[in-house]
Amino acid sequence: MSGTGGSYSNDRPPNSSVVDPDYAGDPASGSFFNPEFKKHEDLKQMLDSNKDGLKLEAMKRIIGMVAKGRDASELFPAVVKNVVSANLEVKKLVYVYLVRYAEEQQDLALLSISTFQRALKDPNQLIRACALRVLSSIRVPVIVPIMMLAIKDAVTDMSPYVRKTAAHAIPKLYNLDPEQKEELIKVIEKLLSDKTTLVVGSAVMAFEEVCPERIDLIHKNYRKLCNLLVDVEEWGQVIIINMLTRYARTQFVDPNAGVDVNEKEKPFYEDEEEEEEDEDNEETLSKRSKPMDPDHRLLLRNAKPLLQSRNAAVVLGVAQLYQHVAPASEVWLVGRALVRLLRSHREVQAVVLTNIASMSTRRKDMFEPYLKSFFVRSSDPTHIKALKLEVLTNLATDANISVILREFQTYIGSSDKEFVAATIQAIGRCASNIREVTDTCLSGLVCLLSNRDESVVGESVVVIRKLLQSETVGHKDIISHMARLVDNIKIPMARASILWLLGEYCDKVPKIAPDVLRKMAKTFVTEDDIVKLQILTLATKLFLTNPKQTRLLCQYVYNLAKYDTNYDIRDRARLTRALVFPPQGHEDNKLAKHAKKIFLATKPPPVQQSSFKDRDQFQLSTLSHLINARASGYQDLPDFPEEAPDPSVRCVEVPDSFTPENHHRPSHQKKTKTPKTKSFYSDESSPEDDSDEEDESESDSDSDSESGSSGSDSSDSSSEEDEESESEEEPKQRKKPNVGMKKQSERHPDSQSSVTEDSDSSSSSSSSGSSSSSEEESDDSDAGDKDEKSKKEKDQQQQKQGQQKKKNSVPGNRSNLDLLLDLDDAPPAMDTPVLTPSLGGLLTPSPSTQPAQPLPPGASIQPAMAKFVPTATQELLNRISGNGLSVSCRFTRSPHLYSPRMTSVELSFTNNGSEEIRDISVGSKKLAPGMSLHEFAGMAVLKPETTLYGTLGVDFNDTTQPAMFDLMTAGRTFSISITAPVGELLMPLAMNEADFNLHQSKLRGMNEISGPISLSSNNLETKNLVDRVYETANLLQVQSSTTSVVKFGGQTASGKALVLVSITLPENGGESSVTVNCEKMVISSMLLKEFQSALKRN
Amino acid sequence: MIHSLFIINSSGDVFMEKHWKSVIPRSICDYFFDAQRKASGNEDIPPVITTPHHYLISVLRNNLFFVAVCMTEVPPLFVIEFLHRVVDTFEDYFGECTESIIKEHYVVVYELLDEMLDNGFPLATESNILKELIKPPNILRTIANTVTGKSNVSATLPTGQLSNVPWRRSGVRYTNNEAYFDVTEEVDAIIDKSGATVAAEIQGYIDCCVKLTGMPDLTLTFINPRLFDDVSFHPCVRLKRWESERVLSFIPPDGNCRLLSYHIGSQSVVAIPIYIRHNISFRDVGGGRLDITVGPKQTMGRVVEGVVLEVPMPKCVLNCNLTVTQGKYTFEPVTKVLRWDLGRIEPTKLPNIRGNISVQSGPPVTESNPTINVQFTITQLALSGLKVNRLDIYGEKYKPFKGVKYITKAGRFQIRT
Repeated sequence: MSGTGGSYSNDRPPNSSVVDPDYAGDPASGSFFNPEFKKHEDLKQMLDSNKDGLKLEAMKRIIGMVAKGRDASELFPAVVKNVVSANLEVKKLVYVYLVRYAEEQQDLALLSISTFQRALKDPNQLIRACALRVLSSIRVPVIVPIMMLAIKDAVTDMSPYVRKTAAHAIPKLYNLDPEQKEELIKVIEKLLSDKTTLVVGSAVMAFEEVCPERIDLIHKNYRKLCNLLVDVEEWGQVIIINMLTRYARTQFVDPNAGVDVNEKEKPFYEDEEEEEEDEDNEETLSKRSKPMDPDHRLLLRNAKPLLQSRNAAVVLGVAQLYQHVAPASEVWLVGRALVRLLRSHREVQAVVLTNIASMSTRRKDMFEPYLKSFFVRSSDPTHIKALKLEVLTNLATDANISVILREFQTYIGSSDKEFVAATIQAIGRCASNIREVTDTCLSGLVCLLSNRDESVVGESVVVIRKLLQSETVGHKDIISHMARLVDNIKIPMARASILWLLGEYCDKVPKIAPDVLRKMAKTFVTEDDIVKLQILTLATKLFLTNPKQTRLLCQYVYNLAKYDTNYDIRDRARLTRALVFPPQGHEDNKLAKHAKKIFLATKPPPVQQSSFKDRDQFQLSTLSHLINARASGYQDLPDFPEEAPDPSVRCVEVPDSFTPENHHRPSHQKKTKTPKTKSFYSDESSPEDDSDEEDESESDSDSDSESGSSGSDSSDSSSEEDEESESEEEPKQRKKPNVGMKKQSERHPDSQSSVTEDSDSSSSSSSSGSSSSSEEESDDSDAGDKDEKSKKEKDQQQQKQGQQKKKNSVPGNRSNLDLLLDLDDAPPAMDTPVLTPSLGGLLTPSPSTQPAQPLPPGASIQPAMAKFVPTATQELLNRISGNGLSVSCRFTRSPHLYSPRMTSVELSFTNNGSEEIRDISVGSKKLAPGMSLHEFAGMAVLKPETTLYGTLGVDFNDTTQPAMFDLMTAGRTFSISITAPVGELLMPLAMNEADFNLHQSKLRGMNEISGPISLSSNNLETKNLVDRVYETANLLQVQSSTTSVVKFGGQTASGKALVLVSITLPENGGESSVTVNCEKMVISSMLLKEFQSALKRN
Repeated sequence: MIHSLFIINSSGDVFMEKHWKSVIPRSICDYFFDAQRKASGNEDIPPVITTPHHYLISVLRNNLFFVAVCMTEVPPLFVIEFLHRVVDTFEDYFGECTESIIKEHYVVVYELLDEMLDNGFPLATESNILKELIKPPNILRTIANTVTGKSNVSATLPTGQLSNVPWRRSGVRYTNNEAYFDVTEEVDAIIDKSGATVAAEIQGYIDCCVKLTGMPDLTLTFINPRLFDDVSFHPCVRLKRWESERVLSFIPPDGNCRLLSYHIGSQSVVAIPIYIRHNISFRDVGGGRLDITVGPKQTMGRVVEGVVLEVPMPKCVLNCNLTVTQGKYTFEPVTKVLRWDLGRIEPTKLPNIRGNISVQSGPPVTESNPTINVQFTITQLALSGLKVNRLDIYGEKYKPFKGVKYITKAGRFQIRT
């Protein structure tokens, strides 16, 4: 240790003239005069200084001590003080130190707790996570309640990373205090319903550690877990697959039940099938026709792609899943992937080969095609070689045995003796398993008897003995050949084998056997114990068959054995002697009469089978399987049930479970229904953006409320914060009621609906605020959000249409948002938290959101809601050319969130085909200059017969040129072109007549265009006319003083040029005409034509 | 899961330990040392060692043992994979992973271990995320840090954990956008005495070095994707897309990564680019003779370079007295390895090595001849014939610089004599 131990010193800065504590006790390093009690004095001083640099340096050296395993516990008081350090790295290192030593210094460790509690409310998710991690790692039993609270809070955190950390903290708390199990199970249940891929792996890990027996918790999440599996991080995948294997074994019936067992060489689950067939053959027959549970299939289907994971543990996990759960006909799938792993590191090879060896005892066909991959290279380590031999032997069949034997032959020449011995055994096993080659093998082995290497000969003898034993015909020449070997061969096992053979077949070599015994009697004293025993046996057998020649020899051997040093041999001699040479007076001993029967009974031949066969009792890929012993914590894989339990438990209607992202928009829970697959962290950017803000507000309110309840620790922290936030006092007060309400809704997700009602009464705009913010989030989010959004839009449209009449008195839901969007003219960077409720701006009705009663003249013109949203759709991609995918678009007339200059286009994707369409996204765009396009969030999967929606934002630059882009799906690219009717390029403006007239007068001359229209009879009524105009163009009617002229106001979406339309109604048989004023003449002329044709229709 | 980790050097010093749960005394390593003593070589230490209360799972990399201690049932491969990932991460951070490097950067190492594992369960193992949490050391920063007293933990914590794709950090920026792909194929072969191929496989990798701004979405297509027998992917590759179209579609991690490894197995015919004529004989009297000639076989017009032959001689060999027509040879009397570094093979003049082997007097002389391990490289050629068709970039507007490099190497290439 000391030789290399002390060299962690390269990081030391030049200013550290102080003595290295590592060498403090070492006189050679110049610290003669440092008394022992001052050992770490310098470090303490550095830690107490107020310079971060010094502290950091001290911490680094302390960590160095910890890393080397030296005791640094006496520095605890000095270190723990620095937990409040503002320097992040110091803090981190202190955390590392705390985790290591807190257990030993529990009282002092408590000093740090309040820091963690504060950090748990930090706006930065990483700090929250880190605090939770350390808090839960310090293993001080006193803080169990605090940990519990922290975990419960963190489980509902915005950030998936924090929730993941919370999942990790659960087993820690459980280990610290198993009493908490029930409560933890509740937390786990909540975490299991999480939909973020980052979290589920850890949630399942917590489940496995704490309550693996509560399989009922999985039911509801089963399908989700299967669907998310591919996207979970690799370590989580391993855990989930293992858990689901167990689950499948309890919930589904055996897929192989009823499969014709003879089809396969060996039944897959021998015992079960046999039992079942014994029980009731008809039942099996009926089961044969029964299809697999779709959920069972779902698991297998979703796990299959993971065979291509780069992580060997995942691949092996899937392999064991297939082995244990899949129908026998599908298991071969995993063979190829497992063979691939053999190219990996030595350790991976060893584990994978062990598993392959075990699998191949049951299923040769799976690995037979890859036979050559198991050929041994001379560079393989010995244990790998042995495993490969094992696999080769298991795979041997009539067809490939010649190849295998040729391989074995080359192995025998190897310089690795252990390996050669294993090869010879393998040959023996092949010979006994495959009748056709027994003779070839036997003669081959006999050839080996003349090998120059003794160990080869010895091993061959043993193997030949086993082979001869199972052979019915005698091989006299082989036996006599072997008898000759006794003179030379030294290996005890081989000598013992030869002797045993001679004794067993002494009738076949009546001349040789007694001679061998004679030689053996001479060398008896120097023989090995095992050989001595066999000499005894040989002597006994010979005496029984040929007493004439061997009586004296036999007695001599017995006498030698009687005085042997080994008690086993003495005992054996005593026992057999009593049988063979009954003592005086006991000649009629019953046993002695049957001695011949006893010793020369026919023995069953040894069964040569794989040593891996008995590993079947363990689940593949487990530690227990590898070491072939029950590891602590190993759970047996349950057998398939006879009858499948109720499959309906897995059905999830509308998951009412908690999802962190929807707790501030309780009315939109439907969104959780659509599975998320594409985006990895469903709620990233947006919640993160406003989480900073919101958390701040939360932490404020939290610390306030907690200071009352949780003792003195937090009271000073909260007072600190109060000081800090005094300047914000005013906005905070405004926030408070709402924040409180939000808190409440977080705590009781069930009572959300009532809470919303409350909030409605408190401020009407708050709901609009939250809905708009949620909408903003959905922009970045996935298909599910889109779906929800479009629904929401429809809701709003309906609302609007209902409200049409009171429009001007009550601001539409949207106006607030419009205004905000309008404020920043450039495409607003949506990552600025404009719309977070915590800014307060949305919670208090701002004057501008109430363009309530008729505007006074001269008041500014307000953007308004669309009065009408067309339902007609335009087909963009037809199902035939789209290969099953059809796309249509609709103009939603709502401002696009990305930029107010954009027109929202809702695309609906329908899959008319029978296969899933994957990865729908926007590819390359071909846009005219000046135009821009904001793509919809890509969709991962479009199931057959379903429709999903996405919203595009297109800035048409006030032209009717088509926006062209490529729509990509997995495998195909379609080019799409969207042309907006001129009416959709507009946005309605609310203005009063005075403004209208004012602006109209400015837009005379070139900017005015008018033409006659022939109104159809229907359109003569003002109401119908207005509706018709709304259908044609996205404008808003302006309250007019005269009934003969109907006026509409609006602006172009991109250029924000005013568009004023006035339609003169034919009074008293006069001409009706339409006038359009707009500085963009193209727009106005096109609009005019549109009106002319539209109003002609009925 | 993983309780503790001990890092042990080749001389048996436990020079670093880290505990994620309660502390396990380092005396547990004695069981490991026992196993080490029993094994014939470091390679032969079983990856899993059972002790009365613990299980030691170890990997050997760069002559360092990484020994993880577990107490309960755990998938062993899970731990092994993780330990390898730890070493990969160290290599990624420090360039190499040796004892001195680990000791030099022990603080970073400790911080990394702390981030990678929480309570024995992997937390963040993607190097992109780790690099945002803990900056990798480089000389410039080390100097700057010493001067300014700053550290390599960034003051503003990143939001990388929340980037859309876990393997890529957000806000990547480069002035030169480039994407390079290296197609490396390793030929594993066993050639028997007579020169016939017993087994031959190709193990291929596509490593990429992608330095692209923003969030590019790349598509890599091959001219002949049906070649692959089996493939495994970096998590960034969209599996479904591959299954349906045999196209690699992915958002690349920033920097280097192994995008794909593939296997062209025993079923397909693999062209062996080199042949070796050999004649090695040991006689009881007068030592042995050795005569080896190397020549190119199916190289598709490329030159075979970097050819090295290694012959692990039997223990009885004392020395070799050889002459070479090109390159140079060494014989290591301790390990008994004859190594002939012959460089490139010119088809006109085939390299040859011949001479006498002096053998220990007296029996036993081995009956079998040693195997010859061969190394070689062929540049600008993927032996399987794999060709990248094109690389398309979506989602970003710039035109990156793209490049593909092919190289074929010998993997476990053995010739039995």
